[in-house]
Amino acid sequence: MEDEVIKKFLYVNRKAPYGTIYALESLEVVLIGAAFDQDVTLAFIDDGVYQLKKDQKTSVDSGAGMKNFSKTYLALGDYDVNKIYVDKASLDERGLTADDLMELVYEDEDDDYKEKSSISIVNQDELAELMEQQDVVLSF
Amino acid sequence: MATIEVNGKAVELDEEGYLTQLSDWSEEAAAILAGQDDIELSDSHWEVIKFLRDYYDEYQIAPAVRVLTKAIGKKLGKDKGNSKYLYELFPYGPAKQACRFAGLPKPTGCI
Repeated sequence: MEDEVIKKFLYVNRKAPYGTIYALESLEVVLIGAAFDQDVTLAFIDDGVYQLKKDQKTSVDSGAGMKNFSKTYLALGDYDVNKIYVDKASLDERGLTADDLMELVYEDEDDDYKEKSSISIVNQDELAELMEQQDVVLSF
Repeated sequence: MATIEVNGKAVELDEEGYLTQLSDWSEEAAAILAGQDDIELSDSHWEVIKFLRDYYDEYQIAPAVRVLTKAIGKKLGKDKGNSKYLYELFPYGPAKQACRFAGLPKPTGCI
């Protein structure tokens, strides 16, 4: 496409996945941004870290009132969304570790399509630096 | 609200012709939806439709066309994982049209 502008978008996710619409809306916007070849980065902070918690067993009938979209995070690699940052302090405060999170991976085209983890656990200084580098920061 | 008749049962479509209920899908429904676009479904069409349904089952989304093309290439071979092949099968857009036949919602990011 001519005159195509690629911007650096950071989506900051701070809310638990179910109970409100924020997490699902964020994920949809992320997928749309990625489908339009934008440079997409995700950060998970505060209760947002629960969005990546593995083994979510919710369903429409369980009372959450929405489908179990947790599996959709596993498709992010297909959309070339492979910069996913999780705040370590938020995990610690909730008794979670990296092992409690879904294994989000992508295939590195520059390294013989080797499967690599998309998730980095970072501290608050690293998050601040990440935000500095963006053209657009969207908070959900 | 538009409907199509599948095996004597009325099945509801949204304003763009997609099934409103995932559970309403059947191979007969797919054939009828394809018929609306004057397409007779071949094995090649079914291959893509089944792929999309499996993808949705696994990830709960209908993939964008770029993702679909790449994933098809990986699963069914490079000769099928390209826009030319997929557009020949689904001239109105492989993601948009094939998802409709597969009974899935319109792909996220599709305008």
